Amino acid sequence: MKNEALYNYVLRLGDDSLILGQRLGEWCGHGPILEEDIAMTNISLDLIGQAMSLLDYAGVLDGQGKDHDSLAFLRFENEYRNALLLEQPNGDFANTMMRQFLFDAFRKPLYEKLLESTDKQIAAIAEKSLKETRYHLKHTSEWVIRLGDGTDESHQRAQTALDLLWRYTDELFFQTEEDTTLISLGMVPSMSEIKAEWSKTVLSVLEESTLVIPTNNWQFEGGRRGMHSEHLGFLLADLQYMQRAYPNMKW
Amino acid sequence: MVTKESILSWLDEVCDPEIPVLSLADLGVLRGVEYLNDEWQITITPTYSGCPAMKTMEDDILLKLKEHGVEAKVHLVLSPAWTTDWLSESGRKKLKDFGIAPPENEVDKSVLFAAQTVVPCPRCNSRETKMVSQFGSTACKAHYQCLICSEPFDYFKCLK
Repeated sequence: MKNEALYNYVLRLGDDSLILGQRLGEWCGHGPILEEDIAMTNISLDLIGQAMSLLDYAGVLDGQGKDHDSLAFLRFENEYRNALLLEQPNGDFANTMMRQFLFDAFRKPLYEKLLESTDKQIAAIAEKSLKETRYHLKHTSEWVIRLGDGTDESHQRAQTALDLLWRYTDELFFQTEEDTTLISLGMVPSMSEIKAEWSKTVLSVLEESTLVIPTNNWQFEGGRRGMHSEHLGFLLADLQYMQRAYPNMKW
Repeated sequence: MVTKESILSWLDEVCDPEIPVLSLADLGVLRGVEYLNDEWQITITPTYSGCPAMKTMEDDILLKLKEHGVEAKVHLVLSPAWTTDWLSESGRKKLKDFGIAPPENEVDKSVLFAAQTVVPCPRCNSRETKMVSQFGSTACKAHYQCLICSEPFDYFKCLK
């Protein structure tokens, strides 16, 4: 039972990285300037790398011989556990940066706490991934400030992005009944600790950006339970095409 | 008789496929060579989680050892996590000669606009350079330009 709870937890982390990595990769060749095209695909590559480590470990916990490839390519939509935020379409550059910032501000404190996990493999993955995530957060924080406190148009676009994405942020801190077992075993932190850290970062960056948190705090949830928006199906059709069309193909 | 020393000297010829002047030992990616359970066990660690060169490095290690009639296993470990501190002195020099600025010994962990690290130009040694992009041609590099000789160059990011 302990293993099943941990499997579900690691799967959520792995799916977050995988789906956001795939989304960001869509910018390849379409970035507003070459440097940002390279930056977004670099971040995407780090996320896909983290997804590989996480999904491989999920496969080990599951104990049925699955690895990152089978978990990434051979599941149905309702078996993915990523948060809804991460499957949302890229929109414009401001929207992509805002989504990435809201996620990075969540991932950094999470990895910092997971460093102390009593589960050695989770701690090792966190140690490796934290260094990359810090670098991403620095990049996206700077962009959110630059856009928010920039021209009238960049400010308006950044504010529109925040208004659109804010409703998906609560779901990042989703915690199940079975997670409490993992928390009591010191394997994972409580999400309330992570949310406090996240809020601190987000509030200070938004303040400097001159952006305002929307007053309507209606929140969506569902991704963590496998209830996704229509966007995930299209993303997976792209991601899984080769393995579905030519099962077990390798190159 | 195959010894650890002979394995290490053969592996000195296995280089990073992206930066062919650096051996895996120079880079600090090669973490261990051990004889265990009747087999040589080679341990490596990735520079970045998504580094696409890891598989090639593993294949190159096995191929090199096979040339010497040695069968081995390659293990990938994540912890302790790789840091640019593990880059050897000779590795740093080889990088600079190759036109890539080696990591400066400070890492910027701050969240916001912090003073940028001074990265001297690998071509003319001028300290007047600017960061063009925090990201570069591979995950381990950032992109800079020299303001004196105009050379655009890669900087091997400091990671601790």
